[in-house]
Amino acid sequence: MISPLASTPLFHIGPAPVTEAVVATWAIMAVLVIGSAAITRRLSLTASKTQAVCELIVDTVDGQIRDTMQLEPGPYRAFIGTVFAFIFVANWSSLVPGVQPPTARLETDAALALLVFIAIIWFGIRAGGVRGYLATFATPSIVMVPLNIIEAVTRTFSLFVRLFGNVMSGVFVVGIVLSLAGLLVPIPLMALDLLIGAVQAYIFAILAMVFISSAIAAPKSSQRTAP
Amino acid sequence: MNWLAFISIICAAVTVSAGAIGPALAEGRAVAAAMDAIARQPESASTISRTLFVGLAMIETMAIYCLVIALLLLFANPLLK
Repeated sequence: MISPLASTPLFHIGPAPVTEAVVATWAIMAVLVIGSAAITRRLSLTASKTQAVCELIVDTVDGQIRDTMQLEPGPYRAFIGTVFAFIFVANWSSLVPGVQPPTARLETDAALALLVFIAIIWFGIRAGGVRGYLATFATPSIVMVPLNIIEAVTRTFSLFVRLFGNVMSGVFVVGIVLSLAGLLVPIPLMALDLLIGAVQAYIFAILAMVFISSAIAAPKSSQRTAP
Repeated sequence: MNWLAFISIICAAVTVSAGAIGPALAEGRAVAAAMDAIARQPESASTISRTLFVGLAMIETMAIYCLVIALLLLFANPLLK
């Protein structure tokens, strides 16, 4: 049986090996970018059906950001929305025959978690300056600095292991059941897999929001005076 | 059969089974508490279910960690190379 942790390169570009997951990632990126560009090319006040669906999606993302971060969604919409859309499409790309979700590979998830890690620092520094961002490590008290630094690394780690484990285990279970029981038997499991994929995309986005808002909101709470 | 491989396979099975029991109990309690809260306050159902989903994902991560450890033991065991 092929190990779910290893990935075999399809071809090489110079010294860099290109795996199946990378090609799938490029395809998903192309679909998302070209699709978004084509839909937003002709926006009108009287919305067409496609535009209405897209506005609904953007509106939902905005609402979730507002609910979770208690902030105006403007600066965060692009990052959170893109991460959610990419993971959602990537998890559901197993619907296309022959495609394995790129999120079932450790490298893709690690790259996504690294993006979130950088985004936390970026949004934290942009909201409170370098001093303000560093001060968030000293909440609730200065004793917590080592723990907060460890947490910044471990939560990124758990972010990508969570996504990887969920998507990969779905693909893996479907493969095992298919080899044991045969055609059409794993269909209920595949349906469960789609549900898990959607929930994991949502959770990844929610956790990214929670982490970003924890890097932003802390200066305000430290200014709060005791009653 | 190689003893290391034998022990690795047993360890992988034990890891997954033990790692499934704890999160299963915890998720059951979390869902029960959320159901209780929604029954008391149906108007806050959306907030509760969102928090519940995030919490369940957190709990489930523990099981997933155990699965990853088991897969490491089976497929990427450094002692068997």
